[in-house]
Amino acid sequence: MSSQRPPVGERFRRFRDRRDAGLTVPPAEFTSYYGRPILKPPVWTWEIAAYLFTGGLAAGSSLLAAGGQLTGRPAVRRAGRVAALAAVTASTGLLVKDLGRPERFHHMLRVAKPTSPMSVGTWILAAYGPAAGLAAIAEVAPLLPRRGPLGLARRVLPPVGRVAGLAAAATAPALGTYTGVLLADTAVPSWHEAYPHLPLVFAGSALASGAGVGLIAVPPAQAGPARRMAVVGAALELYGAHQLESRLGLLSEPYRTGRAGWLLRAGRALTAAGVAGAVLAGRNRSVAVLSGAALLAASVATRFGVFRAGVASARDPRYTVLPQRERLERRRAGETPQR
Amino acid sequence: MVDGDDRSERRDPATGAGWVDAPPRMGFFTDTSVCIGCKACEVACKEWNGVPTSGLDLLGMSYDNTGALTANSWRHVAFIEQPRPAGDPEASSAGSQFLGMPEPGPPGRTGSAEGRSDFRWLMMSDVCKHCTQAGCLDVCPTGALFRTEFGTVVVQEDICNGCGYCVSACPYGVIDRRVDDGRVWKCTLCYDRIGAGLTPACAQACPTESIQYGPLDELRERAATRVATLHERGVPEARLYGHDPDDGVGGDGAFFLLLDEPEVYGLPPDPQVPTRDLPNMWKRAGVAALAMAAGAVVAFLGGKR
Repeated sequence: MSSQRPPVGERFRRFRDRRDAGLTVPPAEFTSYYGRPILKPPVWTWEIAAYLFTGGLAAGSSLLAAGGQLTGRPAVRRAGRVAALAAVTASTGLLVKDLGRPERFHHMLRVAKPTSPMSVGTWILAAYGPAAGLAAIAEVAPLLPRRGPLGLARRVLPPVGRVAGLAAAATAPALGTYTGVLLADTAVPSWHEAYPHLPLVFAGSALASGAGVGLIAVPPAQAGPARRMAVVGAALELYGAHQLESRLGLLSEPYRTGRAGWLLRAGRALTAAGVAGAVLAGRNRSVAVLSGAALLAASVATRFGVFRAGVASARDPRYTVLPQRERLERRRAGETPQR
Repeated sequence: MVDGDDRSERRDPATGAGWVDAPPRMGFFTDTSVCIGCKACEVACKEWNGVPTSGLDLLGMSYDNTGALTANSWRHVAFIEQPRPAGDPEASSAGSQFLGMPEPGPPGRTGSAEGRSDFRWLMMSDVCKHCTQAGCLDVCPTGALFRTEFGTVVVQEDICNGCGYCVSACPYGVIDRRVDDGRVWKCTLCYDRIGAGLTPACAQACPTESIQYGPLDELRERAATRVATLHERGVPEARLYGHDPDDGVGGDGAFFLLLDEPEVYGLPPDPQVPTRDLPNMWKRAGVAALAMAAGAVVAFLGGKR
């Protein structure tokens, strides 16, 4: 009788569980202190994950703007500059808000410490922010009156904006990738071990989100570079994320399971959809806008996924103890023959 | 100190941090084989340093209701119950298991052999390790964390802006942000007391000298002697933890004598300072940044429209 057959949802769940069971590393024996975490999970909240996105968006948009500026595509330049200013403003707000003592944010500017990626990032932002801001402000020049003091600004702003736009683009790659080091330079197992891959994921995600801005705000006739940037960014992002999910042994598990795994899978699907839309039907304005939105959403999902995977790896003592035990045993095995 | 592999700096972090004529490096040797779990260290630390209460929280797992080192607990007495006899030479790491709430007599003493179980208690007063290569100190973006002349690591509460980076950078999970305060807090090795020639509050209060304070070189010698004595007396599982200047954090300023694997006490078995890989991380970020710039160039030059 067909009623003996479990409902389709149940069958799917069983299929998925069987498939996942083949992927995961079998549970290894380890001891812990009553199962309590050894590490402190990051005290950073959603603001930092959101900043990973807005910082990358700013970087990608500035590169887009500079490209538009240098190749004579004013619509691309304008969209990129405006998006960059909005994103860097949001970034600063998010970073200050996440501090335990927001009124002391300027204490970051007391020192410049190469051993602290956060200090390096502070100075990258300090260089990038004003340049990106100036470039965006220069876009109001055509709206100013021709005469009087504002007329002077109308003449001075465009060249200032060109220099500022190039300065922002020059610092943008640093802004888009240092966040990978920011996460990796911690004791959080799945972030630290991912240090060879995180900057690449974030670079790709930044390019893809910048391309998303171009697809949304630029008429398709000028958006060719944005479409190609989407392809390049998506390729880097997908390749990097695949490394995270497959190359870290046990520490890849948090990137594949739970909420983090769901977010990264969603990010991948949205990236694929966005790129496909842009490449196949990007000359249709509505499709271009939808594709751009998909790329932006993909970047958000990827950043939150990576962030959550790290938090999950710090919460479970398994991810602290087992890889360290393995490392110890490898070292001991290497030492024994010498004795 | 990214590659602080300079010999003198590794041995003496105070000199490495720029102190001239620094006094000898001071530290803790916590000998868990004589710890009785009285928690006088926890109380003395709270009293002297004015550390706020963390509230009444019964964890229901053992005599330990502190749970972990936090912003409000700078000493933490771990309490492990294991179903096996103390000093069993065959003992292998068995983790911890709650054997029930205490009765007037020891567990299992029922007057007959019926239902009797052998077990042992491990007690250990945990504290900030004051690492030679300290992750928290390396990543602090404000300079709030600093290296004292005694080689210890201390937070300046008037500088800390609560960015939380040090919390994630500590391989031992020690430093922590206080929720209602927003800043990070941890053991200072009683910087105020040792500067005045006094013993830190926890060591002063310890009734069994499980917590010993002194110049680190002296403590390391004492610890080596103690391990040898215990091995002679038939406690082969006695081992030192954090004493080795060649370990992943360059050796701890506060190290331990343990009677089981570190993870049984909630300690990482092979901690490494995250900044050890920092030069490689920047290299990978540099490659990614170049890829990003190249991607943008290709996008604009790779086609006509």
